[in-house]
Amino acid sequence: MHELAITVIGPDRTGIVADVAEALAEVGANLTDSTMTRLRGHFAMTLICTGPTAAEAEAALEPLTGVVTTVRKVEPEADAADDGEPYVVSVHGADRLGIVAAVTRVVAAAGGNITDLTTRLTGQLYVLIAEADLPAGAAEELAEQLAVAAAELGVEVTLRRAESEIL
Amino acid sequence: MTAPRWTGPEGRVLPVVTAPASVLSTVGDEVDPTDPAIVRLAADLVATMRVSPGCVGLAAPQVGAGVQVFAVDVTQHPKTVTTHGTFALCNAKIIEASRWKLGREGCMSVPDLNGDVKRAGRVVVEAVLPGSGEPVTITTDAFEARALQHEIDHCAGKLFLDRVAGAHAIYQRKVYL
Repeated sequence: MHELAITVIGPDRTGIVADVAEALAEVGANLTDSTMTRLRGHFAMTLICTGPTAAEAEAALEPLTGVVTTVRKVEPEADAADDGEPYVVSVHGADRLGIVAAVTRVVAAAGGNITDLTTRLTGQLYVLIAEADLPAGAAEELAEQLAVAAAELGVEVTLRRAESEIL
Repeated sequence: MTAPRWTGPEGRVLPVVTAPASVLSTVGDEVDPTDPAIVRLAADLVATMRVSPGCVGLAAPQVGAGVQVFAVDVTQHPKTVTTHGTFALCNAKIIEASRWKLGREGCMSVPDLNGDVKRAGRVVVEAVLPGSGEPVTITTDAFEARALQHEIDHCAGKLFLDRVAGAHAIYQRKVYL
């Protein structure tokens, strides 16, 4: 079974998801995990699918106009070790160069693995929300290091334990 | 116990400051609730809240004053259960919080974003009233409890952005409610 990582990015328009999904379905691609979202008017799709070869998927997507696509064969994931404690980092402040780079570097240096991250720029306000798995006991020191980085960047930062309620 | 209902003077409508203004991230000072300037500020918060469509609460940092004063009025909101009408509080503190629940929040100081925030669905808040300085204890629930926590956060220099539930819990805002 081929496993492919595919990205499709283009100006948002009605039907763009349907067009991509249909093209992939026609060559027998089964979408597994995907994220599809609108980023400042661009539609960005990142997905994993199983079934066709990379060449077949590329051929299926080729007729789509106005979008940039990439197709890459990937190895099926090993069972992910679900270790670490889930935390959420919030950063907000005046937009400036390097906020994401500085904050994520501090998280990485503490052994934190970022599992999801969203940024938004609205007017002058830049917002970053990241979810990260931290090594046990690392949160307190990371909070201090984030505070130092935030002060240098002139932004506000909060690190807190993610809610993990399972019914 | 005195009802907290606002009976103070007519206030002025003030401009609302938006993030990333530094006053929104500054811990507000405690105030003397009998100070005439604080009573005027409370009146201004009530007046500004009343003219702002969909606004259910407004805190002093949102009008540029780094102090612990805010106004709340959730009477018109569909998610309201218990309500104490229109009121303003100084130096408010949460004494008890329970029944934690996620809900969507917006903020006049973050006009373009909403976020999912976990808040207590029942709180007990202790504060003093602007003007008389009388201490009050407010026990409330549901939407009023959420509004109180949001405003008390403002007075502590916190925005809902500091509490959103995760990377997919912020949204571009479409409606002002």
